[in-house]
Amino acid sequence: MTQPRILEVRTKILKKNDETAREMRGRFEAAGVLVVNMVSSPGTGKTALLKETLRRLVARGIPVAAIVGDLETDNDARRLAESGAPVRQIMTHGLCHLEADMVQAHLDGWNLVGLHYLFIENVGNLVCPTSWDLGESVRLALLSVTEGEDKPLKYPGLFNTADIAAITKIDLAEACDFNRALARANIEAVRPGMRVIETSAKTSAGIDEWLDYLATRRTGHRACPDPP
Amino acid sequence: MHESSIATNIVDIASQHVRDAGGGRVAAVTLRVGRLSCVHEDALRYSFDLVREGTPLAGAILRIVTVPVSVWCPGCNAAFELPSIQRFACPVCSKPSADICAGRELDLESIELLAAADNCLEAADT
Repeated sequence: MTQPRILEVRTKILKKNDETAREMRGRFEAAGVLVVNMVSSPGTGKTALLKETLRRLVARGIPVAAIVGDLETDNDARRLAESGAPVRQIMTHGLCHLEADMVQAHLDGWNLVGLHYLFIENVGNLVCPTSWDLGESVRLALLSVTEGEDKPLKYPGLFNTADIAAITKIDLAEACDFNRALARANIEAVRPGMRVIETSAKTSAGIDEWLDYLATRRTGHRACPDPP
Repeated sequence: MHESSIATNIVDIASQHVRDAGGGRVAAVTLRVGRLSCVHEDALRYSFDLVREGTPLAGAILRIVTVPVSVWCPGCNAAFELPSIQRFACPVCSKPSADICAGRELDLESIELLAAADNCLEAADT
Protein backbone atom coordinates (compact mmCIF):
# COMPACT_ATOMS: atom_id res chain seq x y z
CA MET A 1 0.00 0.00 0.00
CA THR A 2 1.35 3.42 -0.95
CA GLN A 3 1.65 6.35 1.44
CA PRO A 4 -1.42 8.59 1.52
CA ARG A 5 -1.24 11.86 -0.37
CA ILE A 6 -1.81 14.83 1.90
CA LEU A 7 -4.16 17.42 0.42
CA GLU A 8 -3.76 20.72 2.27
CA VAL A 9 -7.35 21.86 1.95
CA ARG A 10 -7.55 24.71 4.51
CA THR A 11 -11.26 25.31 3.92
CA LYS A 12 -13.89 26.61 6.26
CA ILE A 13 -16.19 23.70 7.03
CA LEU A 14 -19.24 25.97 6.80
CA LYS A 15 -17.99 27.55 3.57
CA LYS A 16 -21.21 26.76 1.71
CA ASN A 17 -23.29 28.45 4.41
CA ASP A 18 -20.89 31.40 4.55
CA GLU A 19 -21.13 31.90 0.78
CA THR A 20 -24.93 31.87 0.86
CA ALA A 21 -24.88 34.28 3.82
CA ARG A 22 -22.47 36.61 2.04
CA GLU A 23 -24.67 36.65 -1.05
CA MET A 24 -27.74 37.44 1.06
CA ARG A 25 -25.88 40.14 3.00
CA GLY A 26 -25.12 41.80 -0.34
CA ARG A 27 -28.80 41.64 -1.29
CA PHE A 28 -29.87 43.03 2.09
CA GLU A 29 -27.41 45.91 1.92
CA ALA A 30 -28.36 46.77 -1.64
CA ALA A 31 -32.04 46.78 -0.64
CA GLY A 32 -31.35 48.91 2.47
CA VAL A 33 -32.85 46.39 4.86
CA LEU A 34 -31.25 45.85 8.26
CA VAL A 35 -31.35 42.17 9.20
CA VAL A 36 -31.38 41.12 12.85
CA ASN A 37 -30.72 37.54 13.98
CA MET A 38 -32.26 36.93 17.42
CA VAL A 39 -30.68 34.14 19.43
CA SER A 40 -31.47 32.82 22.91
CA SER A 41 -32.50 29.76 24.90
CA PRO A 42 -36.07 28.54 24.50
CA GLY A 43 -38.41 30.59 26.68
CA THR A 44 -36.29 33.73 26.95
CA GLY A 45 -38.95 35.78 25.24
CA LYS A 46 -37.66 36.23 21.69
CA THR A 47 -41.16 36.05 20.26
CA ALA A 48 -42.62 38.43 22.85
CA LEU A 49 -39.87 41.04 22.28
CA LEU A 50 -40.16 40.62 18.52
CA LYS A 51 -43.94 40.93 18.56
CA GLU A 52 -43.72 44.18 20.53
CA THR A 53 -40.95 45.42 18.20
CA LEU A 54 -43.03 44.63 15.10
CA ARG A 55 -46.16 46.14 16.61
CA ARG A 56 -44.40 49.40 17.40
CA LEU A 57 -42.69 49.64 14.01
CA VAL A 58 -45.92 48.83 12.12
CA ALA A 59 -47.70 51.54 14.16
CA ARG A 60 -45.08 54.05 12.99
CA GLY A 61 -45.68 52.98 9.38
CA ILE A 62 -42.23 51.43 9.07
CA PRO A 63 -42.08 48.46 6.67
CA VAL A 64 -40.87 45.38 8.56
CA ALA A 65 -40.99 41.61 8.14
CA ALA A 66 -39.99 38.59 10.15
CA ILE A 67 -38.94 35.00 9.67
CA VAL A 68 -39.22 32.67 12.63
CA GLY A 69 -37.58 29.30 13.09
CA ASP A 70 -38.95 26.51 15.24
CA LEU A 71 -38.54 22.76 15.35
CA GLU A 72 -42.27 22.27 14.94
CA THR A 73 -45.52 24.31 14.77
CA ASP A 74 -46.25 27.69 13.20
CA ASN A 75 -47.54 29.06 16.51
CA ASP A 76 -44.89 31.77 16.69
CA ALA A 77 -45.55 32.98 13.15
CA ARG A 78 -49.24 33.28 14.01
CA ARG A 79 -48.43 35.17 17.22
CA LEU A 80 -46.12 37.54 15.36
CA ALA A 81 -48.54 38.08 12.47
CA GLU A 82 -50.95 39.69 14.96
CA SER A 83 -48.61 42.69 14.77
CA GLY A 84 -49.71 43.26 11.17
CA ALA A 85 -46.24 42.59 9.76
CA PRO A 86 -45.65 39.88 7.14
CA VAL A 87 -44.22 36.80 8.88
CA ARG A 88 -42.96 33.49 7.59
CA GLN A 89 -42.34 30.35 9.60
CA ILE A 90 -39.43 27.99 9.04
CA MET A 91 -40.09 24.57 10.53
CA THR A 92 -36.77 22.82 10.92
CA HIS A 93 -38.24 19.43 11.93
CA GLY A 94 -35.60 18.65 14.50
CA LEU A 95 -32.71 20.80 13.29
CA CYS A 96 -31.55 22.90 16.24
CA HIS A 97 -30.60 26.08 14.36
CA LEU A 98 -31.30 28.02 11.18
CA GLU A 99 -28.93 27.85 8.23
CA ALA A 100 -28.47 30.47 5.51
CA ASP A 101 -30.11 28.44 2.74
CA MET A 102 -33.29 28.00 4.83
CA VAL A 103 -33.59 31.76 5.22
CA GLN A 104 -32.81 32.27 1.54
CA ALA A 105 -35.58 29.85 0.52
CA HIS A 106 -38.06 31.80 2.67
CA LEU A 107 -37.24 35.14 1.05
CA ASP A 108 -38.85 34.06 -2.24
CA GLY A 109 -41.49 36.49 -3.41
CA TRP A 110 -40.66 39.14 -0.81
CA ASN A 111 -39.63 42.50 -2.18
CA LEU A 112 -36.73 43.47 0.06
CA VAL A 113 -36.46 46.93 -1.46
CA GLY A 114 -38.45 49.31 0.69
CA LEU A 115 -38.26 47.05 3.73
CA HIS A 116 -36.51 48.73 6.66
CA TYR A 117 -36.00 45.73 8.91
CA LEU A 118 -36.09 41.98 8.61
CA PHE A 119 -36.00 40.06 11.89
CA ILE A 120 -34.94 36.43 11.97
CA GLU A 121 -35.97 34.67 15.14
CA ASN A 122 -33.65 31.69 15.43
CA VAL A 123 -34.56 28.33 16.93
CA GLY A 124 -34.40 28.54 20.74
CA ASN A 125 -30.87 27.34 21.45
CA LEU A 126 -27.81 29.03 22.93
CA VAL A 127 -25.21 26.78 21.34
CA CYS A 128 -26.01 25.57 17.85
CA PRO A 129 -26.92 28.84 16.05
CA THR A 130 -23.52 30.36 16.94
CA SER A 131 -21.56 29.22 13.89
CA TRP A 132 -24.22 29.84 11.24
CA ASP A 133 -24.08 33.23 9.59
CA LEU A 134 -27.54 34.11 8.25
CA GLY A 135 -26.41 37.24 6.44
CA GLU A 136 -27.48 39.39 9.37
CA SER A 137 -25.97 42.76 10.25
CA VAL A 138 -27.01 42.58 13.89
CA ARG A 139 -26.92 39.53 16.13
CA LEU A 140 -28.99 40.02 19.25
CA ALA A 141 -28.36 37.66 22.18
CA LEU A 142 -31.18 37.54 24.69
CA LEU A 143 -31.06 36.49 28.31
CA SER A 144 -34.10 36.53 30.59
CA VAL A 145 -33.99 37.35 34.29
CA THR A 146 -35.41 33.89 35.06
CA GLU A 147 -32.36 32.17 33.53
CA GLY A 148 -29.78 33.41 36.02
CA GLU A 149 -26.97 35.93 35.81
CA ASP A 150 -24.27 33.45 34.84
CA LYS A 151 -25.75 32.36 31.50
CA PRO A 152 -23.17 34.41 29.55
CA LEU A 153 -20.35 32.59 31.35
CA LYS A 154 -21.93 29.24 30.56
CA TYR A 155 -22.40 30.10 26.89
CA PRO A 156 -19.52 32.43 26.06
CA GLY A 157 -19.41 31.24 22.43
CA LEU A 158 -22.82 32.67 21.62
CA PHE A 159 -22.54 35.88 23.63
CA ASN A 160 -19.12 36.49 22.15
CA THR A 161 -20.49 36.57 18.59
CA ALA A 162 -23.34 38.95 19.45
CA ASP A 163 -23.49 42.66 18.60
CA ILE A 164 -25.94 43.56 21.34
CA ALA A 165 -27.54 41.81 24.30
CA ALA A 166 -31.03 42.17 25.72
CA ILE A 167 -31.93 41.22 29.28
CA THR A 168 -35.61 40.33 28.90
CA LYS A 169 -38.51 40.08 31.37
CA ILE A 170 -36.88 42.84 33.41
CA ASP A 171 -40.30 43.42 35.06
CA LEU A 172 -39.69 40.10 36.86
CA ALA A 173 -36.19 41.03 38.06
CA GLU A 174 -37.15 41.67 41.66
CA ALA A 175 -39.33 38.58 41.95
CA CYS A 176 -36.40 36.49 40.70
CA ASP A 177 -33.78 38.19 42.90
CA PHE A 178 -32.02 38.98 39.66
CA ASN A 179 -28.72 40.78 40.13
CA ARG A 180 -28.55 43.20 37.18
CA ALA A 181 -25.02 44.40 37.90
CA LEU A 182 -23.72 40.83 38.03
CA ALA A 183 -25.48 39.89 34.77
CA ARG A 184 -24.02 42.95 33.07
CA ALA A 185 -20.56 42.19 34.46
CA ASN A 186 -20.79 38.63 33.12
CA ILE A 187 -21.80 39.82 29.66
CA GLU A 188 -18.95 42.35 29.77
CA ALA A 189 -16.51 39.58 30.76
CA VAL A 190 -17.25 37.47 27.68
CA ARG A 191 -17.90 40.33 25.25
CA PRO A 192 -16.14 43.50 26.42
CA GLY A 193 -17.80 46.69 25.27
CA MET A 194 -21.07 45.16 24.07
CA ARG A 195 -24.18 47.23 24.64
CA VAL A 196 -26.82 45.72 26.92
CA ILE A 197 -30.48 46.76 26.92
CA GLU A 198 -32.93 45.77 29.66
CA THR A 199 -36.35 45.07 28.17
CA SER A 200 -39.84 44.00 29.06
CA ALA A 201 -42.31 43.17 26.32
CA LYS A 202 -45.00 43.37 28.98
CA THR A 203 -44.30 46.87 30.35
CA SER A 204 -42.51 48.17 27.21
CA ALA A 205 -39.43 48.98 29.30
CA GLY A 206 -36.38 49.40 27.09
CA ILE A 207 -38.33 49.03 23.83
CA ASP A 208 -37.71 52.66 22.80
CA GLU A 209 -34.01 52.22 23.48
CA TRP A 210 -34.01 49.05 21.35
CA LEU A 211 -35.85 50.80 18.50
CA ASP A 212 -33.42 53.73 18.69
CA TYR A 213 -30.51 51.31 18.49
CA LEU A 214 -32.03 49.68 15.38
CA ALA A 215 -32.63 53.05 13.71
CA THR A 216 -29.02 54.09 14.36
CA ARG A 217 -27.68 50.83 13.03
CA ARG A 218 -29.85 51.10 9.93
CA THR A 219 -28.66 54.65 9.22
CA GLY A 220 -25.06 53.52 9.37
CA HIS A 221 -25.78 50.43 7.31
CA ARG A 222 -27.52 51.80 4.25
CA ALA A 223 -25.63 52.48 1.07
CA CYS A 224 -27.91 55.42 0.29
CA PRO A 225 -30.56 57.25 2.32
CA ASP A 226 -34.31 56.81 1.93
CA PRO A 227 -35.88 58.96 -0.78
CA PRO A 228 -37.72 61.99 0.67
CA MET B 1 -26.85 18.44 17.58
CA HIS B 2 -25.58 20.94 15.03
CA GLU B 3 -22.57 18.63 14.78
CA SER B 4 -24.46 16.50 12.24
CA SER B 5 -24.65 19.52 9.89
CA ILE B 6 -20.93 20.12 10.44
CA ALA B 7 -20.14 16.45 9.75
CA THR B 8 -22.20 16.57 6.54
CA ASN B 9 -20.26 19.62 5.37
CA ILE B 10 -16.92 17.90 6.14
CA VAL B 11 -17.92 14.81 4.14
CA ASP B 12 -19.24 16.92 1.23
CA ILE B 13 -16.08 19.05 0.99
CA ALA B 14 -13.72 16.08 1.33
CA SER B 15 -15.71 13.99 -1.20
CA GLN B 16 -15.45 16.84 -3.70
CA HIS B 17 -11.67 16.93 -3.23
CA VAL B 18 -11.53 13.17 -3.79
CA ARG B 19 -13.47 13.56 -7.06
CA ASP B 20 -11.23 16.45 -8.11
CA ALA B 21 -8.20 14.26 -7.42
CA GLY B 22 -9.58 11.53 -9.67
CA GLY B 23 -10.95 9.24 -6.98
CA GLY B 24 -9.57 7.23 -4.11
CA ARG B 25 -10.32 6.76 -0.46
CA VAL B 26 -9.78 9.09 2.46
CA ALA B 27 -7.57 7.64 5.21
CA ALA B 28 -7.92 10.64 7.54
CA VAL B 29 -9.17 14.21 7.76
CA THR B 30 -7.71 16.84 10.06
CA LEU B 31 -9.83 19.67 11.46
CA ARG B 32 -8.92 22.81 13.35
CA VAL B 33 -11.65 23.60 15.85
CA GLY B 34 -11.55 26.75 17.95
CA ARG B 35 -12.66 26.69 21.58
CA LEU B 36 -15.31 29.30 20.70
CA SER B 37 -16.82 27.34 17.83
CA CYS B 38 -19.30 25.56 20.15
CA VAL B 39 -18.49 22.14 18.70
CA HIS B 40 -18.72 19.14 20.99
CA GLU B 41 -16.00 16.72 19.95
CA ASP B 42 -17.80 13.50 20.91
CA ALA B 43 -20.98 14.63 19.16
CA LEU B 44 -18.98 15.50 16.05
CA ARG B 45 -17.24 12.09 16.03
CA TYR B 46 -20.57 10.34 16.47
CA SER B 47 -22.15 12.32 13.61
CA PHE B 48 -19.11 11.85 11.39
CA ASP B 49 -19.29 8.07 11.84
CA LEU B 50 -22.90 8.10 10.64
CA VAL B 51 -22.53 10.57 7.77
CA ARG B 52 -19.38 9.07 6.20
CA GLU B 53 -21.01 5.69 5.44
CA GLY B 54 -21.14 4.99 1.71
CA THR B 55 -18.76 7.84 0.89
CA PRO B 56 -15.02 7.90 0.12
CA LEU B 57 -14.62 8.79 3.81
CA ALA B 58 -15.98 5.47 5.11
CA GLY B 59 -13.26 4.27 7.48
CA ALA B 60 -11.51 7.65 7.61
CA ILE B 61 -9.91 8.76 10.86
CA LEU B 62 -11.09 12.13 12.21
CA ARG B 63 -8.27 14.18 13.71
CA ILE B 64 -9.34 17.24 15.67
CA VAL B 65 -6.83 19.93 16.60
CA THR B 66 -8.34 22.19 19.26
CA VAL B 67 -7.37 25.84 18.93
CA PRO B 68 -7.30 27.87 22.16
CA VAL B 69 -8.72 31.38 22.24
CA SER B 70 -6.30 34.27 21.99
CA VAL B 71 -6.99 37.98 22.05
CA TRP B 72 -5.00 41.01 21.00
CA CYS B 73 -4.08 43.38 23.79
CA PRO B 74 -3.50 46.89 22.45
CA GLY B 75 -1.87 47.90 25.76
CA CYS B 76 0.75 45.17 25.63
CA ASN B 77 0.84 45.25 21.81
CA ALA B 78 0.74 41.46 21.71
CA ALA B 79 -1.63 38.51 21.40
CA PHE B 80 -2.21 36.27 24.39
CA GLU B 81 -3.89 32.93 24.88
CA LEU B 82 -6.81 33.21 27.31
CA PRO B 83 -6.54 31.00 30.38
CA SER B 84 -10.36 31.00 30.57
CA ILE B 85 -13.06 31.78 28.01
CA GLN B 86 -15.17 33.21 30.82
CA ARG B 87 -13.04 36.33 30.83
CA PHE B 88 -11.95 38.14 27.69
CA ALA B 89 -9.14 40.18 29.12
CA CYS B 90 -5.39 40.35 28.70
CA PRO B 91 -3.85 37.77 31.08
CA VAL B 92 -0.88 40.09 31.60
CA CYS B 93 -2.36 43.56 32.18
CA SER B 94 -6.05 42.54 32.75
CA LYS B 95 -7.31 45.06 30.18
CA PRO B 96 -10.55 43.75 28.57
CA SER B 97 -10.23 42.82 24.92
CA ALA B 98 -12.86 41.78 22.40
CA ASP B 99 -10.27 41.56 19.63
CA ILE B 100 -10.11 37.82 18.98
CA CYS B 101 -7.07 36.50 17.11
CA ALA B 102 -7.86 32.79 17.30
CA GLY B 103 -10.45 30.43 18.72
CA ARG B 104 -13.35 30.66 16.25
CA GLU B 105 -11.85 28.23 13.72
CA LEU B 106 -13.99 25.55 12.18
CA ASP B 107 -11.68 24.50 9.38
CA LEU B 108 -10.94 21.43 7.35
CA GLU B 109 -7.16 21.53 7.30
CA SER B 110 -6.09 18.49 5.32
CA ILE B 111 -7.18 15.22 3.80
CA GLU B 112 -5.04 12.09 3.60
CA LEU B 113 -5.94 10.48 0.32
CA LEU B 114 -5.20 6.92 -0.70
CA ALA B 115 -5.19 6.14 -4.41
CA ALA B 116 -8.12 4.12 -5.80
CA ALA B 117 -5.87 1.07 -6.18
CA ASP B 118 -5.34 1.08 -2.41
CA ASN B 119 -9.03 1.06 -1.75
CA CYS B 120 -9.45 -2.25 0.07
CA LEU B 121 -13.19 -1.81 0.46
CA GLU B 122 -13.74 -1.33 -3.25
CA ALA B 123 -11.36 -4.19 -4.03
CA ALA B 124 -13.36 -6.51 -1.80
CA ASP B 125 -16.58 -5.53 -3.58
CA THR B 126 -15.31 -6.43 -7.04
